[in-house]
Amino acid sequence: MPGRLWGRLRALQSRGEMDGELEEELRYHLEREAELNVRDGMMPEEARRAALRAFGGVEQARELCREARGVRMLQDLWQDLRYGVRTLRKQPGFTLVAVLTLALGIGASTTIFSAVNPILFEPLPYPQADRLVMVLETADNGSRNPGTFGMYRGFAERSRSFDALAVYRTWLPAMSGAEYPERLEGQRVSAEYFRVLGMRPALGRDFQADDDRTGAPRVVIISDALWRSRFGGDPGIVGRPVTLDDNPYTVIGVMPGGFENVLAPSAGVWAPLQYDMSSASAWGHHLRTVGRLSSGVSVEQATREVDVVGHAVLDEQRPETYSPQTKFVVASLQEEVTGGVKPALLAVLSAVLLLLLISCVNVTNLLLARGAQRRGEFAMRAALGATRGRLVRQMLTESLLLALTGGALGLLAAQFGTGVLVALSPPELPRAGAIRVDAAAFAFAFGSAALVGLAVGLIPALHATRGDLREAVQQGSKRTAGGHQLTRRVFVVAEVALALVLLVGAGLLLRSMDRLFAVDPGFDASHLLTMQVQTSRRFDKEAAERFFARALEAVRRVPGVHTAGFTSQLPLSNDKDEYGARFEGDDPATAYNVFRYAVSPGYIETTGIPLRHGRTLEERDAAGSPPAILISESLARRRFPDQDPIGHRVHVGPVTGPGFTIVGVVGDVKQVSLASSPPDAVYITTAQWQFVDRTLSLVVRARGGAAALAPAVREAIWSVDKGQPIVRVATMDELLAASAAERRFASILFEVFGLAALALAAVGIYGVLSGSVTERAREIGVRLALGASRGHILALILRQGMMLTGIGVAVGLCGAVAASSVLVSLLFGVSRLDPSTYLSVVALLVAVSAAACWIPAWRAARVDPSITLRAE
Amino acid sequence: MNPHKKSDLLKQGTLELLVLRLLRAGTLNGWDIMQRIRVASGDVLSVTPGALYPALHRLEARGLVSAVWAASENNRRAKLYELTRAGGKQLEAERDIWERFAGAVEAILRDA
Repeated sequence: MPGRLWGRLRALQSRGEMDGELEEELRYHLEREAELNVRDGMMPEEARRAALRAFGGVEQARELCREARGVRMLQDLWQDLRYGVRTLRKQPGFTLVAVLTLALGIGASTTIFSAVNPILFEPLPYPQADRLVMVLETADNGSRNPGTFGMYRGFAERSRSFDALAVYRTWLPAMSGAEYPERLEGQRVSAEYFRVLGMRPALGRDFQADDDRTGAPRVVIISDALWRSRFGGDPGIVGRPVTLDDNPYTVIGVMPGGFENVLAPSAGVWAPLQYDMSSASAWGHHLRTVGRLSSGVSVEQATREVDVVGHAVLDEQRPETYSPQTKFVVASLQEEVTGGVKPALLAVLSAVLLLLLISCVNVTNLLLARGAQRRGEFAMRAALGATRGRLVRQMLTESLLLALTGGALGLLAAQFGTGVLVALSPPELPRAGAIRVDAAAFAFAFGSAALVGLAVGLIPALHATRGDLREAVQQGSKRTAGGHQLTRRVFVVAEVALALVLLVGAGLLLRSMDRLFAVDPGFDASHLLTMQVQTSRRFDKEAAERFFARALEAVRRVPGVHTAGFTSQLPLSNDKDEYGARFEGDDPATAYNVFRYAVSPGYIETTGIPLRHGRTLEERDAAGSPPAILISESLARRRFPDQDPIGHRVHVGPVTGPGFTIVGVVGDVKQVSLASSPPDAVYITTAQWQFVDRTLSLVVRARGGAAALAPAVREAIWSVDKGQPIVRVATMDELLAASAAERRFASILFEVFGLAALALAAVGIYGVLSGSVTERAREIGVRLALGASRGHILALILRQGMMLTGIGVAVGLCGAVAASSVLVSLLFGVSRLDPSTYLSVVALLVAVSAAACWIPAWRAARVDPSITLRAE
Repeated sequence: MNPHKKSDLLKQGTLELLVLRLLRAGTLNGWDIMQRIRVASGDVLSVTPGALYPALHRLEARGLVSAVWAASENNRRAKLYELTRAGGKQLEAERDIWERFAGAVEAILRDA
């Protein structure tokens, strides 16, 4: 089918040109006929008309001429295809290697394309997705803060830039009813949330403003996946009651199966916020704002307006939680969701395209070698009247066949590959749900196969049909053989260079991973088991405290447990619990942004955070006792550079709360990631915090293996109260690894591509040298006959191969230096010009090349001069 | 003179055979070929342009003839056709076929 299409396209393209000529030819004929008529005595006008009549149907003649060309072209191409298939089947070894190599390159590229397409190229899966934005606040120090409900109300009432505006936050309700309580992932949203996105429930109805009023009946919308997994796809789901966090809710709708929630991909349940403006948390920063711009409003215009409105609200209402320097910004949602990961993806895309290039070069070399061998065949066809263009077309058809077969195989491999990719991918990879082999990937695979087919076939086709083909009927024409050998060598040098670039990338990423994991997280991560325990809303503060205290006791009694403790946020696990801290005596506007850890006494010791000064939190820091707080080292150094922080007081959170007295200074801990600097942190006991922390993470230091203790520890907690969900069970080592997931993802891909490139380059070198040895068989025979030692021959061939490698390495080093700038954002602790990485890669490449050169060299040394000199 | 109507229903294959033969003698344009067929056949055979030009284009597409543009008198451009080597071989092959066909028909007409 592609052959026909190609033929038609070509006929179309030169049609214009041929039509003009056809016209001229027919006109000439009519003029000659008219002349004859004039000579016979007709008037010129009549002569012309008579000529036309005598012609018969001119239009019909035109059509038939055009058809003759087109049909013939199609027939030619069909013939080319059949001949091509026959030829390829006669050389199964060559065909197999070529097809597999191309399948590797195209398959890998298609897989990466499927991952990259939803992020880099496609818009978000919502109607008019370019109108979707997020409204963000930046604090004085430039960091982003979550928004507040009060500000959202201000925007909703006063701003004119939006068609719809909504806020949301994470919601992790416990659903009861089954044997063990299950924790669901969901969002608490304002009523317009789905309207902002432009999606409607497939069953039931969307939220209305009434559902969002404080005290309104509790309703919930669920996802298609949740409907099928937990409710068996019950068609009567709308109106069904469900118990979440010990409260009764009614299901009012189910979102469609194709709905992709980019803001919270695994959310399965949504409920209205039902905010009360008079509540204290109305000005608490814990919501995110998303909106749909009105048509005609640009992001810049919206930003300006939103900043003005925001400051008007601040001036009027003067909430404590905002500093006057806050800036309000509107940013495209697509950019927010995908921006962070673009550099990594671009790096990976570059790597896979390099791999594709290498596989193309490999196949081009194969075709060059085959082309040289087939010159006799082409000479014969030329003698029978085939034009050079025809022969070139024949070879291009064959290379297209190879490429399209490779592409089809590659597409199959990509099906498998995308599955692997999704499994490997870091959890925060945006649009991971959209990674699949879809129509776009299909188009990419066949498009690139067609391009590849033409590209790899062109030079060999031109080479093989070059010069006077009659000469080529005699074997071993030196002049032409040299020409194609040179081209092959150039290609091998290119292959080696490209492989080097890829391997350098892989090497740099590997070293980055090493350096990253050598970073001190600020605590002792070994033998540490963690899990998150959630208590239901039934519990008031005392009940929660009691439960956690008893659970802790039970856990400490489990054999194999050394120490244990609770904390409200766990390092390196995506928890970001930030508050404003104001030290006594400071201007209230100068608040520090700190991470707040509400812990059980003993947490600091369990995690192994070093105590720098003063004391840690103890049992005596309970409710009723003077509130005590620990601050982190770097915070102490900044705020109290020449003083002793112990004894000073600080307010954390709402100003109405109690002041805490600093009793100790502890070491810094990496919370967000190993690569970023540790944030300012404060530690208080859960008992002394005025609100209740319903979800705490348990940290257990095991005497032996941490993972093995998990079931026993879970049972211990459930022995106290069975109704509380336990999730996110992981050892600290696993969390550490997961925190670097994005880098690791890129690193793994680079390693795989690098190794594939190395293998291809080795095969390429082997192929070229083999071919060289075969062609020089006579020369080698002569040398041996004249007394050269076999060792000398070996060295000769090896030197030839290693020289190719050497040039390739030199070129590749320049390329790697240039290309490594693509990787800079992924590197950590390693310069992109790191000499030891480059040296190791060069050494590896040289070693592998030497191995690839060995076999042809050895074969050359074993040539029997008597045989080669006889064969003419 | 021929009492029968001029036969202008030359079968496609035969037409191509005649064209190839004429072009072996020299390079000709379409108009001249049409005249030659009429004259050389003694006015028995004639071919319409509507049949000739498609035939010429088919031959050209198959590579049996090649085209050359030349300036003729009155500064007009005429498209001239010449036989290719492949065309020459094809002419021999077709001529063999024709002679065997004609011979077979003649044989039956003689003996039957």
